[in-house]
Amino acid sequence: MRTTTFWLLTAAVVAAVFGLSRYVTNDYYFFAAYLVLQYIVLATAWNILGGYTGYVNFGVAGFFALGAYSTVVLHKLWGPPIPVLIVVGGIVSGIVGLGMGYLTLRVRGVFFGIATLALAIVIQTFITNWDYVGGSRGVYIIRPATAPLVGNYIEYLFLVMLILAGMSVAIARTVEHSILGFGLATVRDDEMAAEASGVPTLRLKLVATVLSGALMGMAGAPMPYYVTYLDPASGFSLSYAVNAIAMPLIGGTANWLGPVIGAIFLGTIEQVATVTISSALNLLIVGVLLVFFVVVAPNGVMGMFQSRTRRGDR
Amino acid sequence: MLDLFLNAIASGVLLGGFYAVMTVGLAISFGMLDVGNLAHPAFVILGSFTAYILNSRYGIDPIVAGIIVLPGFALLGAVIYETYYWSFERRGEEGVRGLSFFFGLLFITEVALILIFGVDYRFVEAPYIGRSIDIGLVDLPLRMLVPCITAFVLIGVLQLFLSRTFIGRAILAVAQDGQALRLMAVSPKHVKRVAFSLSIATAAIAGSCLIIIQPVEPSIGRDYIGRVFAVTVMGGMGSFPGMVIAALVLGIVESLTATFYGPSWSPAVAFGFLLLTLAFRPSGIMGR
Repeated sequence: MRTTTFWLLTAAVVAAVFGLSRYVTNDYYFFAAYLVLQYIVLATAWNILGGYTGYVNFGVAGFFALGAYSTVVLHKLWGPPIPVLIVVGGIVSGIVGLGMGYLTLRVRGVFFGIATLALAIVIQTFITNWDYVGGSRGVYIIRPATAPLVGNYIEYLFLVMLILAGMSVAIARTVEHSILGFGLATVRDDEMAAEASGVPTLRLKLVATVLSGALMGMAGAPMPYYVTYLDPASGFSLSYAVNAIAMPLIGGTANWLGPVIGAIFLGTIEQVATVTISSALNLLIVGVLLVFFVVVAPNGVMGMFQSRTRRGDR
Repeated sequence: MLDLFLNAIASGVLLGGFYAVMTVGLAISFGMLDVGNLAHPAFVILGSFTAYILNSRYGIDPIVAGIIVLPGFALLGAVIYETYYWSFERRGEEGVRGLSFFFGLLFITEVALILIFGVDYRFVEAPYIGRSIDIGLVDLPLRMLVPCITAFVLIGVLQLFLSRTFIGRAILAVAQDGQALRLMAVSPKHVKRVAFSLSIATAAIAGSCLIIIQPVEPSIGRDYIGRVFAVTVMGGMGSFPGMVIAALVLGIVESLTATFYGPSWSPAVAFGFLLLTLAFRPSGIMGR
């Protein structure tokens, strides 16, 4: 399938989902669907680096919260519309991704993973000590009474996140089928051989890190308007990282469809479990599923459906 | 000013000793065996909670409690290593999946402890908590001194074990070249399992030390991830003397930061250290 066709198809799916959502009357479903869509963005973003190159980013919460807190700053300054906030959040997280990638992508993958975890805590410490954005007490965001286009604010947030999810999936698919994607695949399979054959591995990894970080920041940008109260402990919650890693690993990391399947599957289970059982137990479920899938089904749900011959030549 | 500075240095040294005992397990698993056990701090917290149970139910001294549960932790380590070996190492898939496995374990341990004990801070009681000894201007609280001494005793014993016993030397050998060990008719997997059990067992003692120093709740383990990895990497991956020096440096810098800028900045110090080490000196201060 051509890339343009895929973009058009994604746009059609987004429009169709939005059209169907016009028949939903209960606001709760928009709140739940927003979170699932947010996880589609986060899982897809993580997969661009983690799945395509094999470099694990444990600092998802850091990038996500950077997006969220740049929204807080802009909201206090002048309160621009959400699309602007998303772009700014993406730029901020992308720049931080570039800096971190430049410092750590040259060492082995395991060090990169630890450094990302460390980065998330450094950022959290800075935010906690920065009184302008509420410090450790947190900050309240009062959202406008009415929203553009659809009127109801939560429906507007849902639409924004739906478009963002469609966009990130299309970007992931585009990367996968471009020269960049082939380069990243060589890094994943054998970085030394790739380097020796003249693949500019560091530059490719940096592009992937920036792209992945920026998408995470974009996912975080509308968050303050969604929760209306943001503090460092919830913004930097480890559960974002666990979810963003568990979802692609459960769905399958080889292509764009895996994270989407994982996010819809796990995200829905979590929403149901939070309502019916308890939110602490639902985190336990995510952790157990993550360990279960990496141990038992290394290629995720997608791997289960692939034929044996294709698995054989991996 | 001078006594403030001296006290900051002294408590930094004590803190560094404690960081060394937190790290020693990781120096074995990550430094020597190349197993990126992200969940190590979570097992330390588990150790704190077992010490808490033994202390509050039966009044056992926390350090003794740590020694009592050593075999249980070693067994846990053996089980985890077997799972890790069969699922990842054997297939050469340590990278993404192995790390995610430990990340999942970290998360499961934390959430399970929250479900059982809640998010309240727990503490232990022992005769030496709350007292301190004065040497000139410097004031040494026993609740910091006891973990620090425990740390140096434990590290000394481990160093002797590694350099003097057969299995200890085998562990050092597997850290250098597993393939060569196989040619000497020793199974690298067997040696690594013993070493990994040892590394998890140290978490029991580290947990006891942690809960003596400060009250513990399940999610504080995260604050130590960056510190223990920073110390391991800075120490040159598996060299005990290097690790102790790195731990002392980190402890002193953190203590000075806390004294002169405020304690809320101290987490960033360790992580800043880690980032800088990774960027400029990935082989550590005593690197091979």
